[in-house]
Order: sequence, then C-alpha cells, then structure tokens
Amino acid sequence: MENSPLFKSGHTACAGCGQAIAARLVIEAAGPNTIVANNTGCLEVFSTKYPETAWGVPWIHSLFENSAAVASGIEAALIYLGKKATTNVIAQGGDGSTGDIGLQALSGMLERGHDILYVCYDNEAYMNTGVQRSGLTPFDTNTTTSPSGKISSGNIRPKKPVPEICNAHGIPYVATASAGFPQDLSRKVKKAFTIKGPKYIQVHVPCPLGWRHESNQMLPVAKLAVETGLYPLFEYENGILVNRKQITPKPVEEYLKSQGRFKHLLNSPEEIKKIQEIADNNIKKYGLKVEA
Amino acid sequence: MKEFVEGSHAIAQIIKACQPGVISAYPITPQTHIVEDLAQMVSNGELGSQFVNVESEHSAASVVLGGSATGVRVYTATSSQGLFYMQEVVFNIAGMRLPVVMTCANRAVSAPINIWNDQQDSISLRDSGWIQIYAENNQEAVDFHLIAYRLAEDKRVMLPVMVCMDGFILTHGMETLDLPEQDKVDKFLPKYNPLYKLDPADPISMGLLADPDYYMETRFAIQETMKSSIDYLSEISGQFNAVFGRDYKDLLIEEYQTKDAEKVIVAMGSVCGTIKEVVDEQRSKGKKVGLLRIIAFRPFPYARIYEALKHVSKIAVLDKAVSLGAYAPIAVEMKAAFYGKKKAPQVISSFVAGLGGRDITLESVREIFRRLSAKEVNSDFIDLKPELLKEEYGK
Repeated sequence: MENSPLFKSGHTACAGCGQAIAARLVIEAAGPNTIVANNTGCLEVFSTKYPETAWGVPWIHSLFENSAAVASGIEAALIYLGKKATTNVIAQGGDGSTGDIGLQALSGMLERGHDILYVCYDNEAYMNTGVQRSGLTPFDTNTTTSPSGKISSGNIRPKKPVPEICNAHGIPYVATASAGFPQDLSRKVKKAFTIKGPKYIQVHVPCPLGWRHESNQMLPVAKLAVETGLYPLFEYENGILVNRKQITPKPVEEYLKSQGRFKHLLNSPEEIKKIQEIADNNIKKYGLKVEA
Repeated sequence: MKEFVEGSHAIAQIIKACQPGVISAYPITPQTHIVEDLAQMVSNGELGSQFVNVESEHSAASVVLGGSATGVRVYTATSSQGLFYMQEVVFNIAGMRLPVVMTCANRAVSAPINIWNDQQDSISLRDSGWIQIYAENNQEAVDFHLIAYRLAEDKRVMLPVMVCMDGFILTHGMETLDLPEQDKVDKFLPKYNPLYKLDPADPISMGLLADPDYYMETRFAIQETMKSSIDYLSEISGQFNAVFGRDYKDLLIEEYQTKDAEKVIVAMGSVCGTIKEVVDEQRSKGKKVGLLRIIAFRPFPYARIYEALKHVSKIAVLDKAVSLGAYAPIAVEMKAAFYGKKKAPQVISSFVAGLGGRDITLESVREIFRRLSAKEVNSDFIDLKPELLKEEYGK
C-alpha cells in the first residue's frame, strides 16, 4: 500500500493492528476536509507521540471519554464560522472509551443531533492498558480482568449492544463494519457523510496482542467473526434495517480456535454451545443466512 | 449605561457583548440564571452564538474546548459539583493553552449537599493552570469578564481565565451597574484571532502524547506565563480604565486603609464589602485597621502583597474554604509570602468563615479583629454553633 497523505506510515502500532488499518480506511474515505476528535487509547498513542503525528487532517485529542463532546464543540464552531457545509467532523475512539466511560458523551452527541460521524474501533477490551475487560468484551472471553479460572470461563456477561443503543436515539444512520471487509467499511463511511445528522459506525478490529493470534492473521480472524455470525455487519437508516452482510454460517468453533483469548473454551462443548447460540440469535435477528 | 439589574443578568449581558461563537453549559444552582439569559438571547436572535445544551458539565467543558480549538471565542459557567465534574477537562484546557473564559458562581461542595456560597469549589482547582480572579461586587464581576477575554486571548498568555463571583450574594444580588456599551467593548476587546486552530486548510494535530522527554517543559511554560501574567493583569487593567474609566489598579490586590494599619484582614470576594464597613467603623473609633483584598488568586501576587503588608504587625487571613488537615488555602499563601523575608508581620492568624453560606456579618468581622491578638491561631472557625457541636461531640 502506498503512503497515505491523511494517515501516514511510521506510526507505532503493532504489526497486524486492525485498528490502524481501519482508521486509515475511515479517514481516506472521509477525505481531507475532515476534522477528527480522538479519544485516548491505542490509536491516539501510536499515531501522535510528540513531536510526530501520523495525521494529515486537523486532529485533536483531549481526554479518554470526551471525543463526542469535543467534536460537538468543533461542529458548533464550524456552524458559527459558516464552514460546516464543507467540513466533515469525525469523533472516534475504542470500545471502552465509546461504550463504557464515553457512553454519556456519545449519547449527548446523538441526542443533540450534531452532524458528526462517530467511529468506534471495537477490539473488545481495553488494549492500551493491557487487555482488560470492557462492556464490549464478548461472553466467555479471557482478559486480564475477566480471566478464566477453575470456577470461571472468562467474561460472564454478553457484549454490550452499543449499535442498538445508538439506534434507540433515533439517529439517521447506524452501521457495523469490519477491518476484514475494507471496501464495505469505506463504502459505509462515504455513505455516512451523505447523511446529515449524527451517524455511528462500529468497526470490528482484531488486536493480535489482546486476542492472541499471529500478526498475519488479522484479516482471516476478522472475516471469521463475520462469517460465523458473531459480528453481524448491518446498516440501519432511521431505525430500519436496510442492509446486512449475508453469510453461509461457519461454526463458531472455527473463530474461537483462531485466538488465544478463547483457548480455554475449546475443551468445553457446553460453553461453545452457548456461544453458538449467540451467533444463531444474531443470524436470526438480522437475517444473516444466505437464502438457498 | 446604568441599569438596576441582577448579577447573573448583567453577566449574560456582558458575555453577549463579547460575542462568543460557542456557549455550552449544564444547569447547576446558582449558575443557572446566567445561562438561561444567554439561551433566551440566542432564542430571540439577539446573540449569534451556537448554544450547546449538554448532558453534563464534563461535556460542557469539552464542547467549549472543541470550539476554542476550532478558533472561536467560547463561554461556559458552572458551580461547585459541576466544576468538580469538569475538573479533568479544566486541567486539559489549560494544558492545551486554550483561552476559555468561565464564570464560577462560587458554591459549597458536597457532602453534605449545600447550594449556598463559599469558595471551596474554585479554590480546589487552584493548581489547574487557570487564571482565577475574584469579584467583590457585580460591577467588578461584569468588568472582569471583559478583562478575562482580553487576558486569555493575549498571545503572551493563551491561558483560560475563571471569573469567580460568590453564588447568590452576587449572582442573585441586584445592584445598579454601568453595563459597558458595545462600541466600547469592541474597542477594548478585538475579535479573537487564534494562534492555532483546527482547519483543513492547514492541518495540525493538537493534544499529543508527551513522554518524559517533553512533558515537563509544557508545565514550566505555563508556570512562566502565570508569573508574567502578574504584569499583564496590571497592563490590561490600565487599558480597561482608559476605555471605561474604572480603575482596578494592578488588578492583583486592593489596599483599603492599610497604609498605617496595625491590624489587617486579608480576604477575597464579596465579603470584602462587609469588612470595609467594619474597617470604617473601627477607624472612626481611632483603631488602625485595614483590609487587603486579593483579586488575583492565580497567579498569586506574592511580591505585591509583601510590599503592601510588610509594615503591618498583625494579619488575619479570612478563608471561605478549607484545606482539611492543613492550613487554610489563602493563609498558606500569606505565610509563604513572608517566609524568610526581612520584614514580616509578627502574627499571621488564619480564620475560616462563611462555609456553606453561613452569613459573615459585621459582628463576625469584629470577632475576627478581636481574636487577632499576639497569639497566632490557625484555621480558627468563626460563628460555629456550640449547640450543634454539643450534639455532634457530646461536649
């Protein structure tokens, strides 16, 4: 891949980082007339260590949980300056800064109707601090604060449904995407910017370090999440499901055995069955199965 | 233009005259009247600001941070728990050198919950990198907001400014005020022209990670700016006087009957009006007493205070806040101002009064002068109720 003027090479992300690839796809789809507000997290740390920056667009980091509010201020200022029509605004962060500590700021941004695209890079745990459980960590995942042990098979709660929470705000566009499907992600970002108002895209981004897979397995792992039905890709417009990526579902075991964070489950058919049920429910709920 | 007006309404009027591009706030008593008035002005089309109704003070501060970074003048106001909820962003705004102006309608902090006035909220954020100036009355509160923008946006400063006004006493108090005319405001306060801003035409990154090789110099730079701001306050005060004809001298302290005084109370904010009355009364009885009012708490004017009080033998510091487990906040600074100096008062006693809105009466102030003796006291609470203490301690 040639060097991008909007998200330059030389940053310090781990090899095979799904977030770095997704962030680049997002900003390239958004284009140069974009201002980005970024939460604290891996992306912020590896892309802007003083005195260097990877960003070729105006970019600001304030705190862990407030990018949605900072972006709201940016948007308000652009309206005041008469520049909003020609400038895109993105707020972005990881799953913890979006769905846990930043959920209130995100909810405020959505409810107030700001013309902003919020992008959540979902690697399903607090990776920047060392793989601690977040609200978006999937059921039964082994993290440093939801470790599997003699009496536990890891994270005891299902993944927090942040896209549905966003949908409940009645916003015009909510979508999920995956680093494993780059064209689909780019298309969704471009589409989002044709819609005025608050938009939310949640991108599934493998983390080789936290998920414990080889760096060169980022794409296959990301694809498997979608192909098993564990990470459904869909688009909602004004609360109506308008599109979903249909699959010929693979058994969840294929996805689970690809990563060390699920290794403890492989000899527990009962636990695998529970996770298969989560996938089956997704398949049913979103109509993911390719019709014969 | 003289008007008999509530403090909060007057603040809204002066903010309107300053024409911020973005206003964001979250309701908390006693700040509410200010932002309600601003919302009405926006609603009436009298004020072209974007008014962002947020879901918390944390977001209010974050919205004005984002607005300021995009290159427009911004405003927010809060009190007490609201300021504490903002705290993380308050430090962040200063670290990012954004010229945000905020009104703190001073109020006690929980627990117990209490909506009335003291100065614990803003004083607790003294280390945040914000310039803090405290108004005695509503004319000052109005004028200080104008001065705050001028100072914050000065290219030599580029630091946020908090204008502190006592909740209810000032925010809800009615006074006849001289509200600055728009043409004079425009003359004194030029349009905001940012040094840096988020602009696709010239993309920059803001809020980068600074590792141990870079972090300390950013703190040093703020400390140096704070020190220099002592002079800038005086300079801008002079320019304010030239346009509006109100002289706040160096805008650091006010000396009231201190020249030949033997006993001086040091205090901050609206209580100084009460203290002046007691000083006049005692002077009429031939007692050599005075008041030194602190206007700028950050930067703290140590040298100015030393010069003003080095000849005074007894000083009483009145704090409307406490540092639980230590000397009271202003008292600490006063002792530091004289430590190791050739001339120093024999006694610097510290008194705590007016917490949670308990009235500081003329008698309270007389009591402070009475207790200011050769025996130094520290954090001596004034106007405690013995019957309540008995209930609490069985004494």
